[in-house]
Amino acid sequence: MSWEVVIGLEIHVQLNTVSKLFSGSKLSTGAEPNTQASLVDLGMPGTLPVVNKEAVRKAALFGLAINADICRHSVFERKNYFYPDLPKGYQTTQLAEPIVGAGEVEIQLENGEKKTVRIHHAHLEEDAGKSLHEDFHGMTGIDLNRAGTPLIEVVTEPDMSNAEEAVAFARKLHAIVTSIGICDGDMSQGNMRFDVNVSIRKPGDPLGTRTETKNLNSFRFMERAIKLEVERQIDVLEDGGEIVQETRLYNGDTHTARSMRSKEDANDYRYFPCPDLLPVAITDADLEALKAAMPELPNARKARFMDDYQLSEYDADLLSGSIATSAFFEGVANAGGDAKLAANWVMGELAARLNAEEKDISDSPVSAEQLGQLIARLKDGTISSKIAKQVFEACWAGEGDPDAIIEAKGLKQMSDSGELEKIVDDIIANNAPQVEDYRNSDDAKKKKKIGFFVGQAMKATQGKANPQQLNQLLKEKLG
Amino acid sequence: MAIDSKVVAQVAHLARLKVDEADSAALSDRLNDILAMVDQLQQADVTDVAPMAHPLDVTQPLREDEVSEPNVRDKALDIAPAAEDGCFLVPRVIE
Repeated sequence: MSWEVVIGLEIHVQLNTVSKLFSGSKLSTGAEPNTQASLVDLGMPGTLPVVNKEAVRKAALFGLAINADICRHSVFERKNYFYPDLPKGYQTTQLAEPIVGAGEVEIQLENGEKKTVRIHHAHLEEDAGKSLHEDFHGMTGIDLNRAGTPLIEVVTEPDMSNAEEAVAFARKLHAIVTSIGICDGDMSQGNMRFDVNVSIRKPGDPLGTRTETKNLNSFRFMERAIKLEVERQIDVLEDGGEIVQETRLYNGDTHTARSMRSKEDANDYRYFPCPDLLPVAITDADLEALKAAMPELPNARKARFMDDYQLSEYDADLLSGSIATSAFFEGVANAGGDAKLAANWVMGELAARLNAEEKDISDSPVSAEQLGQLIARLKDGTISSKIAKQVFEACWAGEGDPDAIIEAKGLKQMSDSGELEKIVDDIIANNAPQVEDYRNSDDAKKKKKIGFFVGQAMKATQGKANPQQLNQLLKEKLG
Repeated sequence: MAIDSKVVAQVAHLARLKVDEADSAALSDRLNDILAMVDQLQQADVTDVAPMAHPLDVTQPLREDEVSEPNVRDKALDIAPAAEDGCFLVPRVIE
């Protein structure tokens, strides 16, 4: 009998506020170490935290986006542990009264099925600093710029049953937080980090012992880490062993995972309500204002793409998945005047090219306006689809706007029928045997044999003849 | 739950407090007294009492999302036991 896999996720989402959660320090990456760590962030005695209004607002907005209850009096607590990148000796977080209660997120699987993943809760908390182990000759360097960065930790129910579902959920969550503008969503900067809880069992059995693989920062690593852990657990159990509840670390470069030495007291955090902070109130008026300001959510956008642009559900789902892709697609569709062509180019040629060069759509060398212009020229018959790819490549290489490229390279389809007619006449005159052969063929064979003349004409015009026009001309002339 | 010297040692370790063996028995007694008081509180009938997270009936004032803190790195690193390249230095921590 096969194994059933049970997966739950904890996701840290970094909120894109200007300042930190409890201090007026600047929030940004790439600054010199410790230049954005205030006395509060350094845990200096006598300092007091003051909560950032925008962080609370963004957390509550997330709650509304997943149909969750918003806690009207959420409470900050202290999670106590000692680590050098946590100068206060505790992390200020939430436990019993988190700001966001139970909610749900719908995901769409590759086979078209839909599934609902329940959210247990989401809470506001501060990030820790960074420990740097390289370059300090046997010591560890501590940079506290990140200390106090506002995060929401989203905790799911164990509702996913394979790596694909977990990744679909993670992508959907990414789409939601970027769509409502609470997170920049840059995975390479750690804007979203995933902890994966995995256990396996025989169908019908109670839940198996779970392990937690921490700090995965890409969808691909997450998928691979889950598959690796499932295989490991199956091997252990089928060899008669037992799964030990533990925290594991996945190394994406070597595709291996190892157990973190678990200390006996690892989970004894002695939480208690933070005496420095009062409960955070959210009023009916606050919620009404948030609802009124709610940006378009991915599901609504998908429905709109199907309605406004007549896209298939599959196309609409792919294009609405990320805010950057959505905006790009709409830019192309509006500039080009053809949504279906826009969808095909964005998901086809452009996506393939971006993938090959590992570029994000927001860094695309071809802008939405340029791709729209290319599509407009395709649509009005200025260029053929074959030439369009050539123009796209030139545009990608930075040779200018499509119109300028078409002009400079003389790629316009031959629209002057007189000129084309002359070329066709020449071809017929110079290829008497083929013409004879064509005229003696039946209709089915003629269809094939006309290809020779089309080829000659395309060669003579360097691909610029309008295919429809050319075909018609040839048929008329050849009889 | 009764507190013995083993629990005292564990709690002290979690809080990074150094407790002399000699003081352990006395500390156990005092902690047990505190727990006995909590047990007594648990007897109270709170059926109609709403849970309270804070003794004051006020809520947290919130701050506008603005940068207001200056860079204090030099002062902070000056009073650190060790620093290098803008970082605090601590004994090597390995996960």
